[in-house]
Parts: sequence; structure tokens; C-alpha cells
Amino acid sequence: MHKIIIESLSLQYSDGTESLRDVSLGIHQNAVTVLFGPAGGGKSTLLRCLNRLNDLAEVKASSGRILIDGENILDPKVDVIALRRKVGMVFARPVPLPMSIRDNVTYGLELAGEKRRATLDEAVERSLTLAAIWDEVKDRLDTLAVALSGGQQQRVCLARVLALQPEIILLDEPTSGLDPISTGKVEAALQELKKEYTVVLVPHSVQQAGRTADHAAFFLQGELIEYGEGKSLFTAPKQKKTEDYVTGRFG
Amino acid sequence: MGQENLAPTQITNIMKRPFSPNRRFIERIGFAGLTATALVTTLPIVGTIVYILIQGAPAISLEFLTSFPRDGMRAGGILPAIIGTLYLALGVSIFAVPLGIAAAIYLAEYASDTPLTRTIRIAIINLAGIPSVVYGLFGLGLFVLFLNFGTSILAASLTLSIMTLPVIISTAEEALRTVPQSFRTVSASLGATRWQTIRRIVLKEALPGILTGVILGLERAVGETAPILFTGAAFFLPRLPNSPFDATMALPYHLFVISTQVPNMPVQIQYGVALTLLAFVLTMNLVATVIRSRARAKRQW
Repeated sequence: MHKIIIESLSLQYSDGTESLRDVSLGIHQNAVTVLFGPAGGGKSTLLRCLNRLNDLAEVKASSGRILIDGENILDPKVDVIALRRKVGMVFARPVPLPMSIRDNVTYGLELAGEKRRATLDEAVERSLTLAAIWDEVKDRLDTLAVALSGGQQQRVCLARVLALQPEIILLDEPTSGLDPISTGKVEAALQELKKEYTVVLVPHSVQQAGRTADHAAFFLQGELIEYGEGKSLFTAPKQKKTEDYVTGRFG
Repeated sequence: MGQENLAPTQITNIMKRPFSPNRRFIERIGFAGLTATALVTTLPIVGTIVYILIQGAPAISLEFLTSFPRDGMRAGGILPAIIGTLYLALGVSIFAVPLGIAAAIYLAEYASDTPLTRTIRIAIINLAGIPSVVYGLFGLGLFVLFLNFGTSILAASLTLSIMTLPVIISTAEEALRTVPQSFRTVSASLGATRWQTIRRIVLKEALPGILTGVILGLERAVGETAPILFTGAAFFLPRLPNSPFDATMALPYHLFVISTQVPNMPVQIQYGVALTLLAFVLTMNLVATVIRSRARAKRQW
């Protein structure tokens, strides 16, 4: 079942960098969909359209529709704040907010007006556990989040997103700055998460794409070249360009 | 170009050649010259402070700081001038600080680059360049006469506020802009409105920088004579002001008065007033420095 349906989405930034040209695809519920390809291909741009984070950037022109549960989220009348609670995002570089681990995790909930201590505490434990970091930080929830290692920070950032109980989780190269062990932990967490959430991942390598993808979309210079089941796309790509990239002939 | 044609052995030869003693000597002279120049710039400041300290210290006593002037200001204390200066600083805090911070938030967080915001920016820069006596005249025209506040603490504070605004706005804007953009992006992605992000993250992180700007602005206001000359400063008052519509004595104007307008003035008292004013300003400076360095040590980004 498609959770997100993207219909002929085109977008151009004012400064002429990365753009999207007529991209259409359906993203499946409760699966990891990987958007991969060389830098500047439009993967991050597409990701940032899904929670309207591009509203903060200088966008010159955009057209097309993105339907989440049948609602076009690019409609100017859409409540962007509610959308961003429903569609969480983890960034390439972990950015812990300048506050304690606990406050980082409860930040989104408090913005939404949640004040009950018990609910917040419960959310902290639940989301840190889901992000596979609870055991490492449970005894120092009140220390500053920046004091953690990069890999731990990134999992706290993931927990911060999970605390809002979103339906969709977007991850933009979430392991690009992490060591292999931390990367493994994040990837393992993703496999757990997809049982409950719809996960859209921009991986930081083709290998990671291959390891994690249930469905994969290959982007090249703003165009969707090929989209299909993860296994078949990586073992038997239909397009020459996909094959060349997957086998490492360019990129 | 030439280097590319050198054979590898020639390159090693150049590297092996000893650094010529002559060049090392020139380097040393240049370095000494720069150090001397840097030291010379501190001389006037240190000299002024030491001189005023030596000349003024004997005048300072509890009585000097807490009593009224006597004998046509040739004796007694300077209490009304100290209190007056505090009132003016308070007035500037009330008017200029909220307005300045609000303007800085608008410019740094909300305004995009449009002709309107460019005009605002140019206005602020020009505001900072206007001579203080012109502010004084403007304050006389607008606050004292047109708005009929009279020569009063209110009119003087408002005049000083206008003069102080550019300092507060530009330092506060700068402080807001140094807060990393990634905080704003992350906060927005977690469902924060712009204002929630500003209130919970940006302002909190920029606060030390903003405070520094506020203190520097107040410091400038406290030391100025010209803007209060026509708008609120009194030559001599036998009592403390008891409403914002009263005129007041103030340290910088008092110093001007006793230095130029009063015959047979004991020099000691003049330096005593100068030292008090200097202590005011330097203390504020010190507070600003402490806030800044503490914040820098605590900062996480």
C-alpha cells in the first residue's frame, strides 16, 4: 500500500543547485524506501519536500503534487506544523539542540503543548529504547546532549523524532559521519522501525542502499531513472545507468 | 612558473640553503615594530585611567558619593548627579532595550532581503553616525517642545534611547545571526513555529551577546553629555528628582559644569567626578566582558 504518492514533482532552487524534474513514485507503508544516486541528484530535495522543509529555502519554482494519505501536502492551506509532526526527519549531521538529552527528546512534544511529566518521561524511555540508545544514556538523561559521541548523538536525534510518534520518518544520510558500529546500530534500528513506520532513507553509500532497501529509487541529476524492489534493482537493474552506478562504474 | 622548470635536486638545494641572517634580522625588526605600535595604542587609555585615578582618588569618600553639593558646588558631594545618571540609564533600559531587541529579532529572523529591510538597515547605520549634539537638538524639538515633556528625565532618556538604539540593534542582530542555522532547521522539522524556535532556542543562545550589546549601549548613553544638554540635564538641583517629568543632574553634564562654568572650583572635585563617571563606565564594560567570556566557555557549538 502506498503511504506517499508523488505525482510529477518538479522543483528548482533560486541559486540553480539541485533540482527535481517530473518525478513520480509511490512510497510503500511499513517499508524502507531508499533514494540513492550521486550527489546533486535531488534525493535530499525530494526528502525535504515531504515535510515541507523546503519552505525555509529559496525555491524558485515548483509544481506537481505529493499525496500523503490522499492529502496533497504541497497545498498552501496545509498545516505545516502538523505535517512536520507526522513526518519526522533525521539529518546528515547530528544536531543536538543545546539542552539536555531528556529535553532534546521532549522538545517536540513540549512544543505541541504536552506538559504532563509522566507522559513526557514515558516518551523519553520509549523513544530512546526504540532508537537503541536507552541503555547507554538512561543514567545521564540530564547531561547535555552534545557531550555524547557522534553516533550516540545521532540516535538521540532519531529518538527525538520518534518521541512525536510520527507516521513517516525521513533520514538524510543519517550515518554519513558515523563509525561502522554506530552505523550498524542505526541500520538495525531502521529494520525495527519499519514495522510501525514508513521509512524513507537517503543512504550514504550504494552498499548501505543495498543492505537496507525494501524499495529503491535511483536518482540522477534530478530525474528518477529507475524505481523498484530493492533486491531486483540491485541485482538486475533494468536501466543501463542504474547498472553502471550500482556496479561502481561512475559516481 | 619558474619553479616548475627546476630539477628536483635544485629544489632540495633551495630548501637546504640557510635562512639568511639578514632576512631574519629584518623579520625581527618588523616584529618589534608591530609590537611597539600595538603597545602604543594602549598608552593613552592606561595613561588617562592612571592619571584620573591619582588625581581623583583623594576626592572620593562616602560623603562625596552620598551628599549634596554645597557652596555653589565647590564642596560637598555629587549624590544627585549619580542618582540622575542611574535614572537616565534606567530610562534608556526601559525604552531602548525592548525596542532594540525586537528590531534585531525582526531583522535577523523574519525580514527577508527586500528594499524595505535594506532601507531599515541603512537607516540604522546612519543613525549610528549622527553626532550626539544633533540628537540633543532633535530631542529638544520633539520631546521637550512638541510633545511638551519639558526638560525632564523622560525627554532625556528618550533622546538617549534613540542614540543608543543602533548599538543595541546591530550587536543583538549579530548575536542572533551567530546562532547556527541548523538549530532553526531542526527545530522547524520538529514542528516548531518560527516564534517557538526563536523563544526556546535562538534567544537563549544569543542572550549573552545581546546583553553585551545592551550594556555597551547603556554605557554610551551614560557617558554622553550633548544629548541631555538641552533635554533633561540641570545645572544644579537642591533635591532629587521625584518624577520622570523633573529635570535631573547627571555625571557627564555635572563634570562639564564644574569644569567650565564655576569659578574657583577645586580641581580635586572635578577629578573626583571624572573618576566616578569612569568607574561607572568601566564597571559596565567589565560586566559585559565577564558575561561574554563566561558564555563563550559554556557554549556548545
